[in-house]
Amino acid sequence: MGAAPDYPASERQVQARRNIFLLAFRPMATPSLPGTLTLTRDAGGERLILRGDWTLPYYMALQARANELAGTIAAGAAIDLHDVGAMDTAGAFVVAELLGSQRTQALAQDEALPAARRALLKTVGDAIDTYCTGVRRPRDAGFVVMLERIGNAVESFWKQTLKLLGFIGITLQGFASTVLRPRRWRVTSLVAHLEQTGLDAVPILALLSFMVGAVVAFLGSTALEAYGASVFTVDLIGFAFLREFGVLLTAILLAGRTASAFTAQIGSMKAREEIDAIRTLGLDPVELLVLPRVLALLIALPLLTFVAMIAGIVGGGMVCLAVLKMSPSMFLSMFQADMQLRQFLVGMAKAPVFAFMIAVIGCMEGFKVSGSAQSVGEHTTSSVVQCIFVVILLDAVAALFYMEMGW
Amino acid sequence: MNDDTVIEVRGLTNRFGAQVVHEGLDLDVRRGEIIGIVGGSGTGKSVLLRTIIGLNRPQAGEVRVFGQDLLALPDEKRSLVERRFGVLFQSGALFSSLTVAENVALPLVEHAKLDRVDATRLAGVKLALAGLPVDAGRKSPAQLSGGMVKRAALARALALDPEILFLDEPTAGLDPISAAAFDSLIVTLRDALGLTVFLVTHDLDTLYSTCDRVAVLSQHRVLAVGPIDEVARTDDAWVQAYFNGPRGRAAAKE
Repeated sequence: MGAAPDYPASERQVQARRNIFLLAFRPMATPSLPGTLTLTRDAGGERLILRGDWTLPYYMALQARANELAGTIAAGAAIDLHDVGAMDTAGAFVVAELLGSQRTQALAQDEALPAARRALLKTVGDAIDTYCTGVRRPRDAGFVVMLERIGNAVESFWKQTLKLLGFIGITLQGFASTVLRPRRWRVTSLVAHLEQTGLDAVPILALLSFMVGAVVAFLGSTALEAYGASVFTVDLIGFAFLREFGVLLTAILLAGRTASAFTAQIGSMKAREEIDAIRTLGLDPVELLVLPRVLALLIALPLLTFVAMIAGIVGGGMVCLAVLKMSPSMFLSMFQADMQLRQFLVGMAKAPVFAFMIAVIGCMEGFKVSGSAQSVGEHTTSSVVQCIFVVILLDAVAALFYMEMGW
Repeated sequence: MNDDTVIEVRGLTNRFGAQVVHEGLDLDVRRGEIIGIVGGSGTGKSVLLRTIIGLNRPQAGEVRVFGQDLLALPDEKRSLVERRFGVLFQSGALFSSLTVAENVALPLVEHAKLDRVDATRLAGVKLALAGLPVDAGRKSPAQLSGGMVKRAALARALALDPEILFLDEPTAGLDPISAAAFDSLIVTLRDALGLTVFLVTHDLDTLYSTCDRVAVLSQHRVLAVGPIDEVARTDDAWVQAYFNGPRGRAAAKE
């Protein structure tokens, strides 16, 4: 044992396993004989002789043999089934397909066969007649399929964009119709969502921004040191967090955390027909479900952006203290001297736009869920991807705009 | 044990925490019969089915399928026994990531070692046997109606030509026409394929139109088992209410 691989033993094992396997498919305890199919010609005409077990283990061989004989059997050939052992649906299918519908039905009427066999042939024959006719194999043309997929993707992107615009319209309409009627404001729902999307996100967001602030400060101090300008790390942190990182980090975090939650909440309601129930009760799902979420995020995201800015600047300040030996008071006085209020406003102005888009996309994907739990998962993924895409796209557009305006 | 007994349950006890489901339950299922299992909610019909097919380990007692104790077998042998029965779960349990035809072809590819083309062809036959048009094979399970899901799941249960078919509430959630079609499909398949059918159901029409024998689960055990007319005469409040209530009488009349 050990060094030399024991091929014969393993072959025996395979054979033994195979035997057990074949036995497992045998309904009766009689020994299993492979099914065979022979065509003989003599003075009395053609005889098609079937022997052995016509069962699933021999299906491949029988099917191959039947394919060889297909088309060569004369219409008047006698069919001898009397030596067949066991037969299951796979075997019956081969017989029915070889003989065609009419002769299978004729065979099923043959009184000489056991009743169970006749019933099997009849059932399989009927099933094939009823359902398997007129089946075409789908064409497989690689290039055309590729073009088709590209076309489909473009079309679905276009439809998706239209749907998003439509949903934004519906949401704005909902706002307009409820804003002047305080009785229809869903304050409880709004507060609950504020807590979930806003307050609960503070720790993770603060930690994340603090660390990114520290990293930016490290990078800045290292890169600027070469020019002896490492003191401008303060400006770098200030610009980065006030204009871009504060709002961008918050938006991306909330896209992952909140948009997915909105989609899953609304999606599972859709899957359980709760949305339909809301409609049939004469209520408006947009007013009930979408507006509180959108409003909550419109309030929460700017507040969280402020938290992220502060945390990022504190993180940068800590690194300045540790690496550049810059005292907090010096850091703050430089910060105050170099940063204008404009930088803060420019960053903050993007927050409500991002908030609106994230909430709307999250809710819309929820409404697109159909039926299954799998669909909820798919749309949740899609909503996060779309939110992050839209946030970064809008951020880039905003950066261009601000640059042209000289803000 | 008798040669004709394919399932033998002896002294089965199932408990979940303090809740006793079965206690000393005995049941025999004979080859080629359709046996219906009935009982009120919470009497452990589905638990009994899950125990027999080896998904639930009982606290005590013995379950033998084809004379073998599934839970005592090593994995490989257990798998061989498992291929000899097919299970239709209550909600179909079709794999949602595969098409309907792939669902049926899966056991054929994995166990019968067919290649994909042959398996798909054979899967088409199974779908046809279960009464589904062939185009249904290319759909995903989510695109099927409730009745079609049941039929597709039945086709998958029949994929390996099993000897025993376990059906958990096969007609629940179907309209009466689909349910009746499903009932007659089961009888046809039993006659054609020589199946033994273990049927858990609430549906009185199914019981009357398909079952050779009925077993009533009550008070943690099989209260009565036999042809439906005999069982219906059992002197027990629940049995009387079940078979001789307004719905039971209506079903018996047919």
